[in-house]
Amino acid sequence: MSDVVMQIDGKEVKAGGDMTVLQAARAAGIHIPTLCHHDKLEPFGACRMCMVEVETRGRMSYVVSCLYPVAKDLVVRTRSERVDKIRRVILEELLAHAPNSPELVELAREYRADRDRFDKDPSFCILCGLCVRYCAEVKQKNAVDFIERGALREISFIPEIAKKECWECQECFALCPTSYAQAAYFLTEALAFPGRRKASAQSA
Amino acid sequence: MDSANLDQIIEQHRGKPGDLIHVLMEVQHQNHWLPRDVLHQIAEALNIPFSRVLRIATLYKTFSLTPKGRNEVHVCTGISCHLRGANKLLDAVERATGIKPGETDAGWRFTLDTGSCLGSCSIGPEIIVNGTHHARMTPAKVEDVLKEYQ
Amino acid sequence: MTRLNSAAELEQLRAGILSSRDPAKPCIAVCAGAACHGLDSVRVAQAFQAEVAKLGPGAGLEVRVTGCHGYCEKGPNVVVDPEGICYFEVKPEDVPEIIACTLKKEVVERLVYAHPDTGERAVHIGEVPFYKHQMRLLIGDNTRIDPMRIDDYLALGGYGALAKALFQMTPGQVLDEVKKANLRGRGGGGFPAGLKWETAKNAPGKDKYVIVNAHEGEPGAFMDRALFTGNPHKVLEGLIIGAYAIGSHRGFIYTRHDSPQLICHIEQALAQAEEYGLLGENILGSGFDFRVEVHYDVGIFVSGESSALMRSIEGNPPEPRPKYIRTSVAGIWDRPSNLNNVETWANVPQIISRGADWYRGIGTEGSKGTKLVSLSGNVVNSGVVEVPMGTPLRTIVYDIGGGIPGGKAAKAVHFGGPMGGSIPANLIDAPLDFDELAKLGAPIGAGGLLVMDEDTDMVDVARYFLEFLTNESCGKCVPCREGMRQTLKVLTNITKGKGREGDIARLEDLNDVTGAACLCALGRTASDPLKSMLRYFKVEYETQIARGSEGRSGNAAGSAAT
Repeated sequence: MSDVVMQIDGKEVKAGGDMTVLQAARAAGIHIPTLCHHDKLEPFGACRMCMVEVETRGRMSYVVSCLYPVAKDLVVRTRSERVDKIRRVILEELLAHAPNSPELVELAREYRADRDRFDKDPSFCILCGLCVRYCAEVKQKNAVDFIERGALREISFIPEIAKKECWECQECFALCPTSYAQAAYFLTEALAFPGRRKASAQSA
Repeated sequence: MDSANLDQIIEQHRGKPGDLIHVLMEVQHQNHWLPRDVLHQIAEALNIPFSRVLRIATLYKTFSLTPKGRNEVHVCTGISCHLRGANKLLDAVERATGIKPGETDAGWRFTLDTGSCLGSCSIGPEIIVNGTHHARMTPAKVEDVLKEYQ
Repeated sequence: MTRLNSAAELEQLRAGILSSRDPAKPCIAVCAGAACHGLDSVRVAQAFQAEVAKLGPGAGLEVRVTGCHGYCEKGPNVVVDPEGICYFEVKPEDVPEIIACTLKKEVVERLVYAHPDTGERAVHIGEVPFYKHQMRLLIGDNTRIDPMRIDDYLALGGYGALAKALFQMTPGQVLDEVKKANLRGRGGGGFPAGLKWETAKNAPGKDKYVIVNAHEGEPGAFMDRALFTGNPHKVLEGLIIGAYAIGSHRGFIYTRHDSPQLICHIEQALAQAEEYGLLGENILGSGFDFRVEVHYDVGIFVSGESSALMRSIEGNPPEPRPKYIRTSVAGIWDRPSNLNNVETWANVPQIISRGADWYRGIGTEGSKGTKLVSLSGNVVNSGVVEVPMGTPLRTIVYDIGGGIPGGKAAKAVHFGGPMGGSIPANLIDAPLDFDELAKLGAPIGAGGLLVMDEDTDMVDVARYFLEFLTNESCGKCVPCREGMRQTLKVLTNITKGKGREGDIARLEDLNDVTGAACLCALGRTASDPLKSMLRYFKVEYETQIARGSEGRSGNAAGSAAT
């Protein structure tokens, strides 16, 4: 696909025709915050932090930049009163779950989000799905997945698979913005193969 | 569940990952719940990661990962039934059965569930027991209706 | 059944069916729709069948078990044709008398409609107040069709529109007719069906799909099931015509698994249509091939959202995808996929057979044709209603619906279920029109009309819908999952008398972001009921919140004193 020229925050940007707005912005050194995005993974579009304002043929809309394709003459604004409000409320909603996650706290400062705005529900997981998708897409082990639905959705390590696959890997821990992946994994360890850690330490 | 029967269902869909929902539906329908080892069998036969099978099985309301009681009691909590007093009806059913939605009693007599609209709003509020509708219910009638189901 | 190889053979078959039937012979139609079924109409039907069997082959009348007649409130419903005599609340013990009177050309007076106030009687379907203000182009055939018998549909001219499309029109002409009719999608958005078809038709790619969305998961909506269960071939005929126009050879029906009757009728309709050569390879000898398969939702509301539905057909979890590229261009397996709901497809045959000009003569400037409405809630006559677009809501609620039970006043009417909105009773003269109602904040949605009386707690109504969606969304994107969770908490607290200062601002912020930032239409419109509440019933919210705050400060003072 041929390159296109577009505008991001008033700056003329040249982008590959198959890029997303997020990729184009980052290539041009323009920062857009994300929580569920990872360069090695398919775009997910769940956290909605990367929402931006776009204007095509005079019509303005709000889109997630991690999925929105670049187009010729597209006008993108990565900050505006409304974009900031969306990010602020999303952060306030997530801080109800993980009030001390450094990534969230840092973003909260930037977007003036009040971490006590909403009732606390400390599940610690923000369901960005990095662990789930990394395990499926990069490691192809599918040891952790989403279960349930709606407000009940959570991540779950599958004991039968985790027992075989996770001991040597644990790479998803470093992706987790709240350290909940570790917590969930250790619970699974306790359930499915308790004592292995101790045995392994003793034999070492 | 009869294992020959189960094998037959699974064999029909072997190697077809797109059939997952159909297989789960058939097993749920015949067996009234989805045992974990059966989910493993299905995952293997359809060539789907087990985690994906579990994800689908926990996502849809119809699928149950625990056995159900002999009688499945469903209280409609659709909006029309809600306006016509479904909450009080549900309270009465909970009192009569001693269980909450999603639960099964110790004697395996009842499994209680609430559910969305079944399209018979004109005759609500209603309870449905094993597929039989009991229309225009009142809390006072609950005991009598449930007596029929042992 | 023999396979039909041309339009002429279809007409021959139709002529044969008609000549074998005596139009003067009484036919007793027993409703087996969802509500009547719940009222044990099965036993009524069995009683009729047993009595007729007793009379033997020369019985002089027939019994037909049909889909929903519409007047669910007064079921089990029975209609005696050809006169159209309506009997209500029929019990098995009434059956011998009905049969005896029918044979004598008499009417069972005690079972006909009597006005609750005046006692005035109405015998025929065109005189009963519930029916007489309606225009039943789509649902009206239900009393004349046994959904298990394709011949009943053929006897009413069925598949004539398909033959016309295949042999007298090019796909482009079919498309133009639907565009000209300005048929707008009945599933929620009111998007012009013709434009959607055109996008799919012009999209690159050889394999294209057409889909009937028969999910109807919205609480209080039951009209699509009534139509599809009662007259499956009408929908199927529309779908085949659409496939021909778009150039699709594979169709999907996506429906709920929990309506056994609906599933049975769909499967039977597909099998019978295929046997006659109205479906499958080389339809009616035209050279056009088209096949249909059925897929099921097994219990999650979000799977009725079009992109989620398509994921589900692919065998994936029903999580919506953003529609930056439309599904009519990249849908199932990224191929052009045109989705319309049951009622939209059912409108197609009549547009083709009677023409776009006829169709445009019904309705308003922007909303053409009739609309099915499920009327429920605090209303005397609930049921399935079909009226021309533009009909004032007052006509639906009062003339057809008979007003509010118990002599109470109406407080509000709500359209569109958990993704719709409420408007106060003083706006009840608003017309049933996509654009007018959307402007008022109560978009038609699929057509579930809920009537609420003066005792209704409007905070609780918004809370109810949020609770429903919180459990029925996929849970993928933050503003939907978390926005609804927090909104629900605030609303629940208010209804429990625990409202706090700042709740209105909290609700407005949450609602604003949910409406703007969610991934799919479920999330983005989840904020609509509350938006309409804060527009029309804000005082009620403020009063309840104030009661909560006062209660708390009162308690605090009390405990400090002791």
